[in-house]
Amino acid sequence: MLVSRGTFVGSTGGGRNTSLLSWNRKCSSRTTRSWRTFQATRHHVALLDADMCGPSIPKIMGVEGEQVHQSGSGWSPVYVEENLGIMSIGFLLSSLDDAVIWRGPKKNGLIKQFLRDVDWGEVDYLIVDTPPGTSDEHLSIVQYLSATQVDGAVIITTPQEVSLQDVRKEINFCRKVNLPIIGVVENMSGFVCPKCQHESQIFPPTTGGAMKMCKDLSIPFLGKVPLDPRIGKSCDEGKSFLTEIPGSSATVVYKDIIHRIQEHCATHQSDVEATA
Amino acid sequence: MALLHRSWRRWPPVVACHITHTPAWITAALRARSSSFGAEKIEERQKRLMARGIPKQKMIPGVKQVIVVASGKGGVGKSTTAVNLALGIAAYDMVVGLLDADVYGPSIPRMMNLRGNPELTNSNLMRPLVNFGIVCMSMGFLVEEGAPVVWRGLMVMSAIERLLRQVDWGQLDYLVIDMPPGTGDVQLSISQNIPISGAIIVSTPQDIALLDAQRATEMFRKVNVPVLGIVQNMSVFQCPKCKYESHIFGADGARALAAKLALDVLGSFL
Repeated sequence: MLVSRGTFVGSTGGGRNTSLLSWNRKCSSRTTRSWRTFQATRHHVALLDADMCGPSIPKIMGVEGEQVHQSGSGWSPVYVEENLGIMSIGFLLSSLDDAVIWRGPKKNGLIKQFLRDVDWGEVDYLIVDTPPGTSDEHLSIVQYLSATQVDGAVIITTPQEVSLQDVRKEINFCRKVNLPIIGVVENMSGFVCPKCQHESQIFPPTTGGAMKMCKDLSIPFLGKVPLDPRIGKSCDEGKSFLTEIPGSSATVVYKDIIHRIQEHCATHQSDVEATA
Repeated sequence: MALLHRSWRRWPPVVACHITHTPAWITAALRARSSSFGAEKIEERQKRLMARGIPKQKMIPGVKQVIVVASGKGGVGKSTTAVNLALGIAAYDMVVGLLDADVYGPSIPRMMNLRGNPELTNSNLMRPLVNFGIVCMSMGFLVEEGAPVVWRGLMVMSAIERLLRQVDWGQLDYLVIDMPPGTGDVQLSISQNIPISGAIIVSTPQDIALLDAQRATEMFRKVNVPVLGIVQNMSVFQCPKCKYESHIFGADGARALAAKLALDVLGSFL
C-alpha cells in the first residue's frame, strides 16, 4: 500500500463527529462527506473506519451491505467513487445490525489487518475515523502508523464545556504520542431557525467554546460547522451533503476546513522532505 | 477377548477363570461409552478453561438494584440522562448512587459539580463524593482534569473492578451506572462482574445513532441483561423566539426501533 499521507481524526467525546471522515459522533459521515472535495481534485482517498463497535461509515457513505473481496494482493476496499475507497468492519458483519462485542486485543488485531492486508493501491490521503476516547484503537493506530508519517489529527468537538473537557484530554494524548494536531473543528455550533432565522446556541459555549480553547492551547482552530438538520439527513440516506446542498453555510465551512487541512498536509510534507 | 495385562497372574484364580471371553455387546457398549464420555469430557474441560478468565457475577454489598444507562453511539446524552435519572429516583426518597464508568471521558464530576479526590475509609475503600443527595464515583475524581487516560482494555477492566468493588457505597436502593459509548471492554466487564437489574438505551432519532442503539440492545440481550426500554433524546428543538419546532436529528426514529425490538419508549426529551 502506498499512502502519501495519513490523517487521524479523533475526538474524546462521542458524537462529536470524530473521524476525519466522520464529523461528529452522530454523523460520522459529515467528515466523510467533506472528503469528497478531495475527490473533486482527483486525489485518491482511502477511508479507514477504526470504530469497531459502532461502524457508521458504510451507512453514511451509502455503501451499506457491500462486501469486501479478497484477492492475491489482499482485501480490496469498497469503492464509493473511483478515487474513494473505504474499509470498515461494517462490511464484514453477517447482518447490518450485528453487535461487535469485542475486547481490546481482538480490535487491535483487526486494525492491524486493515492497515496491513487491505490493498488500498496508490493513495494520496488515508483518513482514519476513530471512536470516542483514547483507548485501544487510538493506541494501536498510532503505534502501527508510527513508521509512516502521520500528517496529523483533526479533533472534533461541540461548543459545550463537557465536550471541551474531553477534547483537552484528546489534545494531551496527541501531544504525548507526538502526533501533530492539524486543528480543532467546532461542530453543532449554532442553529438557525428555518422560520424566523433566529440563531440559537443549542450547545452553549459557556467557557468560550473551541475557539477560546484553541487560543489557550495554541492550536489552530479550523472552523465552526453550524447545525444543519440536512447534514444528519444526508448521513442517514448515504448521500453527499456537499453535493446535495451546496448552498448551505455548513458546506462553505466544510470546504474551508478541507482546504486548510490540505495546506497543512502540503506544508508538513515539504518539512519532512526537507529534513530527510 | 479382553486383553489381559501380565499382572493377571497375581489375580485370584476365581477372577482369572472368568476372563476368558468378552461378549461383543460389552465391547460395543464400552467403546460407545468411552467415545461419548471422551467427547463430553473434552467439552466440559473446554468450558471450564474458557470460564476461568471470566469473572464471577457478585452483587455489590449494600446495593439493591443496578441500572445501566448505555447507548452504543457517543454524544446522544447518556451522562445527561443518567444524572437526571439519578436525581429523579432520589426525589422519591430513595438512596441513589451514580457511577461514571466512562473511564476515557468522565462527565459526571462536571455535571454533578463535584471536584476533589475521594478519601479512604478505615477499611481502605474509597469514599464517594456526594452532591444533590447522590453519592458519586468517577475516574474524573482520580485523575487530573485534562489528563488523558490512555489505557488498553485490560487496565480498563481492572479500573472498573475497583470502581465497583473498592468504593464504600453504603446502603443504596439504586446504583445508576453511566456507561461509555460502544459495546466493548467496559460494557462486558460490568455485565460479567455484577448482576444488572436493567439497561436503559439512550438514542437520538437519527438512523446512525439508532443503528448503534440496536447493537447495544443486542449486546445486553446476549449477556442476559434485561433492557428496560429506549429513551429518545434531542427529539425536537423549540425556537426560543418564534416557538417553531424543528426536528434537528429526524423525527421519532426511536419509536420505530422500539417497536422493532419489542421495547418501550420510556421518554422523549427535547
